[in-house]
Amino acid sequence: MKSFDYVRASGIADAQDTAGRIIAGGTNLIDLMKHQIETPPKLVDVTRLEMTEIEQSAHSLRIGALVTNSDLAAHDTVRRDYPVLSRALLAGASGQLRNKATTGGNLLQRTRCPYFYDTTQPCNKRAPGSGCPAKEGINRILAVLGTSPNCIATHPSDMAVAMRALDARVEIESPNRGTEMLTLDEMYVLPGDDPSKETVLEAGDLITAVHLPQPPKGKQTYRKVRDRSSYAFALVSVAGIVDVEDGKITEAALAFGGLAPRPWRDGAVEDVLVGEAPSDALFDKAADVLLQDAQGFGENDFKIPLARRTLKAVLAELTGVTQ
Amino acid sequence: MTEHLKMDQVQPHLLDETGQGVLSVPMPRPEGPLKVTGRAPYAAEYKAEGMATGVMVRAAITKGTYAVDTASVEDMPGYLGVFTDKMVRNAAQGTMGTNPAQMGDKILYLGQPIAVVVAETFEQARDIAAVLKVDYTEDDDAVCDFDGVSDWPDSDKPDQGDLDQAMSDATFTVDSMYTTKPHNSAAMEPHAALAEWDGDKLTLHGSLQMLGYNRDEVADSLGIDAKNVRLLAPYVGGGFGSKLGMSPDCVGAAVAAKALGRPVRVVLSRNNVFEMIVLRTATRQRLRLAADKDGKLLGLGQENWQSNLPDEPMAEPVDLATHFLYGGENRRYGQHVAILNRPASGSVRAPGEAVGMLALENAMDELAEKSGIDPIELRLRNIPEKHPETGVQYSARSLAEALTEGAKAFGWDKRQKAGTRREGEWYIGMGVASAARTNILMESRANVTLNPDGTALVQTDMTDIGTGTYAILGQIAAEMLGLDPQKVTVELGDTDLPKSSGSGGSWGAASAGSSVFLGAKAIRRKLAERLGCDVEALRLQDGVATGGNNRRPLAELMDAPITEEGHIEPGQTDEDFHQAGYGAHFAEVAVNAVTGEVRVRRMLAAMAAGRILNHQTATSQVWGGQIWGIGTALTEAIEHDPRTGHVVNNDLAEYHVPVNLDVGDLEVMFIDERDDASSPIQAKGIGELGLSGAGAAVTNAIYNACGVRVYDYPATPDRIFPHLP
Ligand SMILES: Cc1cc2nc3c(=O)[nH]c(=O)nc-3n(C[C@H](O)[C@H](O)[C@H](O)COP(=O)(O)OP(=O)(O)OC[C@H]3O[C@@H](n4cnc5c(N)ncnc54)[C@H](O)[C@@H]3O)c2cc1C
Ligand code: SF4
Repeated sequence: MKSFDYVRASGIADAQDTAGRIIAGGTNLIDLMKHQIETPPKLVDVTRLEMTEIEQSAHSLRIGALVTNSDLAAHDTVRRDYPVLSRALLAGASGQLRNKATTGGNLLQRTRCPYFYDTTQPCNKRAPGSGCPAKEGINRILAVLGTSPNCIATHPSDMAVAMRALDARVEIESPNRGTEMLTLDEMYVLPGDDPSKETVLEAGDLITAVHLPQPPKGKQTYRKVRDRSSYAFALVSVAGIVDVEDGKITEAALAFGGLAPRPWRDGAVEDVLVGEAPSDALFDKAADVLLQDAQGFGENDFKIPLARRTLKAVLAELTGVTQ
Repeated sequence: MTEHLKMDQVQPHLLDETGQGVLSVPMPRPEGPLKVTGRAPYAAEYKAEGMATGVMVRAAITKGTYAVDTASVEDMPGYLGVFTDKMVRNAAQGTMGTNPAQMGDKILYLGQPIAVVVAETFEQARDIAAVLKVDYTEDDDAVCDFDGVSDWPDSDKPDQGDLDQAMSDATFTVDSMYTTKPHNSAAMEPHAALAEWDGDKLTLHGSLQMLGYNRDEVADSLGIDAKNVRLLAPYVGGGFGSKLGMSPDCVGAAVAAKALGRPVRVVLSRNNVFEMIVLRTATRQRLRLAADKDGKLLGLGQENWQSNLPDEPMAEPVDLATHFLYGGENRRYGQHVAILNRPASGSVRAPGEAVGMLALENAMDELAEKSGIDPIELRLRNIPEKHPETGVQYSARSLAEALTEGAKAFGWDKRQKAGTRREGEWYIGMGVASAARTNILMESRANVTLNPDGTALVQTDMTDIGTGTYAILGQIAAEMLGLDPQKVTVELGDTDLPKSSGSGGSWGAASAGSSVFLGAKAIRRKLAERLGCDVEALRLQDGVATGGNNRRPLAELMDAPITEEGHIEPGQTDEDFHQAGYGAHFAEVAVNAVTGEVRVRRMLAAMAAGRILNHQTATSQVWGGQIWGIGTALTEAIEHDPRTGHVVNNDLAEYHVPVNLDVGDLEVMFIDERDDASSPIQAKGIGELGLSGAGAAVTNAIYNACGVRVYDYPATPDRIFPHLP
């Protein structure tokens, strides 16, 4: 581990330190520092800031950036009105990690691509321009949507997938741009030419909260397919919110984990569903749209049919159609 | 005095006559409270005055040569030195007793230890290791994957009869290819060494399973006399084969400590453990079974392909149990070991059976399905009378009892036809597999001391790697000497104590246990003399000796401690009998109809391993075996990059051992047995028996649940769902 400076932020201004790196729960950043994948010269500890509250207003739920994954999952309002989020959180990591992991940190955790984690290996994300050994290597857990020739890593978060389905907005305090509210699609960028850049955030930008709009209508669920029953990242996950009235789907929000470099949401999939009567054939059509541009890289080809099966099962569960 | 026994003849059941009643009962491990309160120090937890810290440097290329540029780091804070001298390529193989390959400047796999960096603190050493400039010259002829092997070496295993003919004569045949991925032992405690020199004498705290051999390996690697090496490993946090042989941290710490003139501690990182320590080879296995119309085997074949580094004296004995488990005249084996540029292969719990029994017992399940014979009945019909290849008689062998009594306890009669039981989204099925594991007795010594105050001391260099050695050795001494086990102190894990068998091959309990038994037996003889009775008439209970017409407390018979050494050696019974532990594994699984995810609902193991010395520790061993079975069946796989051999998932986040939720209800039952040929205590090994066949019961249950046959392990969802409707 490289030596580094440590400061404890006592106000938002301290945290907006362009020379520093924010540390919250540390469950991802410290691992990365031990392996010298990240070598920040200075850590800014934000854990004493007042960002630990969950506040409910008429129109939204404001989740402080320091709310732990455990607390958020157990929060009464979240369990009642946003069960997709509660389930997603509980499907992630382990009890010990969730006690430490924060809302802001979870959003910005980095990929679990194994080549990214080993500094003896090339990796465009860690060492831009060095190449991507995963594409023709061991890529079983990597992405089939939204990839670029330079990187096929997935975003590992479960929480963010549920938040994407819930139309969450991230509140950011930027030293340059002031206060911003970004959707997850606005915050995360696809790998393109520079996979080392994962979000639009700049040095010194502080995530202060995540806002959830009013609870959506309909049923919600989160389904995660993984290699063991707990403590494994998603092969495929689906966050689904679907409302059915008078035999027709009136609203649908679907987001996917394990498939792409960011929590994946594709409005065209929802368009297929809305206004139609739920049926197995309709679900297949939705899956066709979701996966039309999907590209596997050998070992991860299976994710494409697995995503179809999982999506269909989620839709069947939420609409009450028996498959 | 030494009480010596060469196991040339079957022995009387003395332990059934002693009356203390503290053996063959459940007893918690006496060191348990120390471990859970942090008072049982592991190797990395020792501190020495003036200690420095070393970190291993791993090769960043697959094949070639290297030179370290020490000047690149000499000015860094805390720097003490970079050492490459005597570096070993990988851990030693079990019972090797000599140095592992020392390669000079050559690299044969990515991750090979190439230097140890030493600094004042761990953080500094780690930083220096990351920055250290290493000049590599790469060779371009590395071969890292089975598919890249152009010439598989021939096998020299002899055939018996004509399997091809048997296959064409048979009513039912199976001819299947199975593959298994490499496995890591994944012991909780990573390997660690603290080396201290006093002149020519080296004292090393290590994390090791077999101290007698390890001492020779350390000495040979360093080029010094073994008499000058003392190893200490009183507590070891799991081994599973990974600590049979001395590991590179021992040499790194010793070389650096000598050069710096101060103690040096080296702890392997988890990533290092995945590369520098032996792992279980990947295998390909071709299984052939030929059976007549009644399911009786006319022949069987098991051919395997695997890999290692050059000059490693170990190949995975894939067909170990296949030789003796089932009958059939015509038999064929083949073993092909390719040289690959990947980390060394070696012993991981139940070498051979752990993967060989997956394929054999899956093939038996295929045969049952084809012939329409119940899988248990099929196995019963194929239990041979004598060893089908050597004609030697078997010692105690309760395979049939394990299968039938296990089936009853498990509710096997509720098993349905494949693919017919469904609960909501889940297919439900049951599977069975036999278990077998060759029994081995090893030479072992122990000192037993009885004190006039009714306490006793057992001393041997045996290790307890979490298995319960402290418990059972204390129980054996207590039973023999008529004491409460609380009054017996057991000292282990120090090469200054009498040399034992070490922990490995499931032989520890019976071997070290027999040496304690013999030492205590000699003490009994002395007490009988003093009491004036025949030793056969002596009864020792609760600190009181009775015999003839006398009854005296120990204190009256003794004015000084009595110490006797027990010394057991294998002998003729090893030739006269084929000895093995047997059993049956049962599993009930649920397979998700959408995703192919598998959940093991419950497992039952019926085990026969001679005298069970402690039902609690034995049950724990079998639980561990069942859980390993779940891991091998469903989750565990090392992924090597086919281009570089690199262990891609070199940590416990991505190398998936089962978590709690993967493990359903586990039940263990023991078939009461004494194996007269095995040892004077009639016990056999159990630690690896619990794993043998366990994974096959799970995959056979998957087939029964949903009709999908697993040929490529592990059965992750992607290997199941494509075959579901
Ligand atoms: C073995 C293992 C298994 C796991 N399994 C899962 C899983 O199955 N599903 C899942 O979703 N996650 C999983 N995780 C990841 C875990 O959820 C994340 O590590 C955790 O959420 C990160 O939160 P943290 O507070 O510890 O972040 P930190 O490690 O402190 O920070 C992570 C990043 O976020 C930045 N950051 C933190 N807070 C802020 C802020 N307020 N403003 C701006 N930047 C900030 C940091 O600078 C850093 O770059 C796993 C982790 C491990 C180690
Ligand atoms: S997929 Fe991305 S993170 Fe993985 S090796 Fe390629 S560039 Fe690096």
